[in-house]
Amino acid sequence: MALTREEVEHVAWLARLELSEEEIVRFQEQLSAILEYARMLEHIDISQVPPTASVLPMRNVMREDEVRPSLPRDVVLANAPEKESGYFRVPPVLEDTE
Amino acid sequence: MDELYRLTAHEARDLLRKGEISATELTQAVLDRIHAVEDKVKAYITLTPEIALAQAAEADKAFVQARKEGRAHTLPDLLGIPLAVKDVISTAGIRTTCASRILENYIPPYDATAVQRLRAQGAVILGKTNTDEFAMGWSTENSAFGPSHNPWDLTRVPGGSSGGNAAALAADETIIAIGSDTGGSVRQPAGFCNLVALRPTYGRVSRFGLVAFASSLDQIGPMTKDVTDAALVYEAIAGHDPRDSTSVDRPVGEVRRALGQEVRGLRVGVPREYFGEGIDPRVADVVRQALRVLEDLGARLEEISLPLTRHSIPVYYIIAPAEASANLARYDGVRYGYRAEAATLWEQYKRTRGRGFGPEVKRRIILGTYALSAGYYDAYYLRAQKVRTLIRQEYETAFRRVDVIAGPVAPVVPWPIGWAMENPVQVYLTDLLTISQAIAGVPALAVPAGFSDGLPVGLQLVGRPFDEETLFRLAYAYEQATQWGKKRPVIE
Repeated sequence: MALTREEVEHVAWLARLELSEEEIVRFQEQLSAILEYARMLEHIDISQVPPTASVLPMRNVMREDEVRPSLPRDVVLANAPEKESGYFRVPPVLEDTE
Repeated sequence: MDELYRLTAHEARDLLRKGEISATELTQAVLDRIHAVEDKVKAYITLTPEIALAQAAEADKAFVQARKEGRAHTLPDLLGIPLAVKDVISTAGIRTTCASRILENYIPPYDATAVQRLRAQGAVILGKTNTDEFAMGWSTENSAFGPSHNPWDLTRVPGGSSGGNAAALAADETIIAIGSDTGGSVRQPAGFCNLVALRPTYGRVSRFGLVAFASSLDQIGPMTKDVTDAALVYEAIAGHDPRDSTSVDRPVGEVRRALGQEVRGLRVGVPREYFGEGIDPRVADVVRQALRVLEDLGARLEEISLPLTRHSIPVYYIIAPAEASANLARYDGVRYGYRAEAATLWEQYKRTRGRGFGPEVKRRIILGTYALSAGYYDAYYLRAQKVRTLIRQEYETAFRRVDVIAGPVAPVVPWPIGWAMENPVQVYLTDLLTISQAIAGVPALAVPAGFSDGLPVGLQLVGRPFDEETLFRLAYAYEQATQWGKKRPVIE
């Protein structure tokens, strides 16, 4: 199962990941090899098998809905690349989105 | 006393309680050792000597006071004990990089629960250790800060992803360490460096503050110089935490009580797949000798079969990247971490991620996103989750017949630095023996089993869910009978 160049570009777009020309070519090759290897799973009969998302038998874990202390705003903003008036600052959102 | 840095935690604890050494002396000895060998080993990303010495001074005050009152024996086991923390585990006020350019300057505002519990005991934080970027890899070669070196042979890898911990422990640059294990990341480097490590049952140790890689697989575990220390660290960090909804509310108990208990009659399963295709015969030979020791101790060996062992590799390389692709979506250059400037937010996301992540992380994000994308979800992700069920059932069936499953930790000996970079896909096959336990959620312990041409080989013991105690019992008996872990490399 070989990946096409378009598929790699599409997935990179979904993941919001800029790839160089060289990376696109290399990943196409390497991911094709991995998916080829994954074909061994096709030989296992899974028709009656439920999927495992978690090994634990738990369902929803509930807690009391009560107000508890949270991190102060300046601490939350301390690692921000850019901030302004108590907010995270980013470039324009509603311009060209391709 | 000479060479305090060579002590185990329980040896140091006994001397500290008696007042024969101080925590400051011990910490200073380890810091001096780091100064002497770190240039060659490169185990750490960040060192925190001032914090360590301040914590050691606090510990000394507690020791002096407690001795005066005749209650030194009641102090926590890890009070004043130097600790290394893998750099994917959050430490309040101490840079936590995940060995990635994207978090190069990130300083967490809170401690991981495991770190908080070790700090509460009074453990002394020496610094943050090297890892493959976001714990993705088997050698630390994927670190943005360069690889760590195996103290047993500096031209070879220490394993990974918790390779910085393993290198630091083997070089006596710390006394104890905690790492994370998503598919073997504490066990494989322990095996490569003649150390002990435990991957606890999934849910035993809180993941709060562990930077998420694959949430259904990640577990924090101890890495130490002997089995007793692993038990002490495990007891300190395990237990329910309301801040991690997947942490299990179930008593941990004092696993140290298992140390020294009889192992006669324990049924040990030996899967034929763990000694077959893909296993270096030199590794298999060393581990077969280890199995004979278990037999001499009174364990009953039984050949079993785990035919899905091989299939665990593709299951892992679909599920782990799929979860990672979702977990790593948060690195967008907005709230923390590296940002590549661009005219629009859209461009900024792509550029930040494209320049901030290294090649292995990008490879896995692409693979995981592909496996989850429309049209491929059923063929890859759902199929892998169903085979995951079968792998769990295979273990359940085996554990009806046997108490423990034993085999090698890794199918190979530590490889020369550079090999994984040239063979990024082939390296996936070297985790053949450590990923199925993560997929099934069962506990597994690595213990030194001897050497092949001067390179360490590890014995892996796998147990029933929540039965870490039996692993400690058998590993301790084996360790006392062999003493492989007492051997130390000469670094020059």
